[in-house]
Amino acid sequence: MKFGVVVFPGSNCDRDTVYVLQKILKQETVVLWHKDRDLQNCDFIILPGGFSYGDYLRSGAIARFSPIMESVIEFANKGGFVFGICNGFQVLCEAGLLPGALLHNETRKFICRNIYIRAENFNTPITNLIQPNKALKIPIAHGEGNYMADEATLQNLKNNKQILFRYCDENGNITTESNPNGAIDNIAGICNDTFNVFGLMPHPERASDEELGNSDGRGVFDSILKWDNKFATI
Amino acid sequence: MKFTAEINVMPLKALLDPQGKAVSGSMKNLGLPEITDVRIGKHVTLVVDAPTSESANEKVNVACKKLLSNPIIEGYEFTLHPKEN
Repeated sequence: MKFGVVVFPGSNCDRDTVYVLQKILKQETVVLWHKDRDLQNCDFIILPGGFSYGDYLRSGAIARFSPIMESVIEFANKGGFVFGICNGFQVLCEAGLLPGALLHNETRKFICRNIYIRAENFNTPITNLIQPNKALKIPIAHGEGNYMADEATLQNLKNNKQILFRYCDENGNITTESNPNGAIDNIAGICNDTFNVFGLMPHPERASDEELGNSDGRGVFDSILKWDNKFATI
Repeated sequence: MKFTAEINVMPLKALLDPQGKAVSGSMKNLGLPEITDVRIGKHVTLVVDAPTSESANEKVNVACKKLLSNPIIEGYEFTLHPKEN
């Protein structure tokens, strides 16, 4: 599977993501510059974390109009896989590829620490290998991760099982205390209604190398590879 | 003809505005408990070159809808006037 990791000015998780894909998962991975339009025949595009364009105006608002994003939007609309992590999630919401928006954290603080999330739908390209009811310890690092959507949008997300991850405590219980940023319904990650565009605020790429003492994020990437094989063999 | 637009982008009333809430709180510390309900948005000015004010109005609306505001979380309003030299 060929992965492309987009680099905007201000991206800062691009190298971590490339490291995990290349060194840990041994996948062909290229870096895609924001000024380019060529997706280089990648099968899976990742928009990494960071502060694209300094987060000016709103997080992700300016990145959404960069040349590479025109190609990413076209790719996604044709069914191509696109995964936004943290700032990447914000870019995808701004681009209209994912519903809803990410507001300032309720506490107004930038939060950088480990939290727990639990997968909610196990039949998707980024969750299929994650154990049910297991709380995954994954770092977050964001100031604007407070996911919001209006009532109708939220209902659609629930009906279609598009809510993929929710914040929980270390035992997997969804509680108000375990919600770090005020996100509605403890939502940490969602996908679009055709299950090819994904957004996640926590950073699985920072928890995928056993040498760093936490590989709870590995399941997300392993799921992608398994999903790809599933289709490759049909 | 050049026009100046003065644009205000504000968080929707239904949403919690943590920035405004924090500033509201500090009004008390300032000895101004009479001041409440602070909400904080953005003020944007720009110059638009257009043949008529209707056309300028249209362009500013597009800029507001597509980039300067996110309609899911923010509303906007603006005034337009001929640019002073």
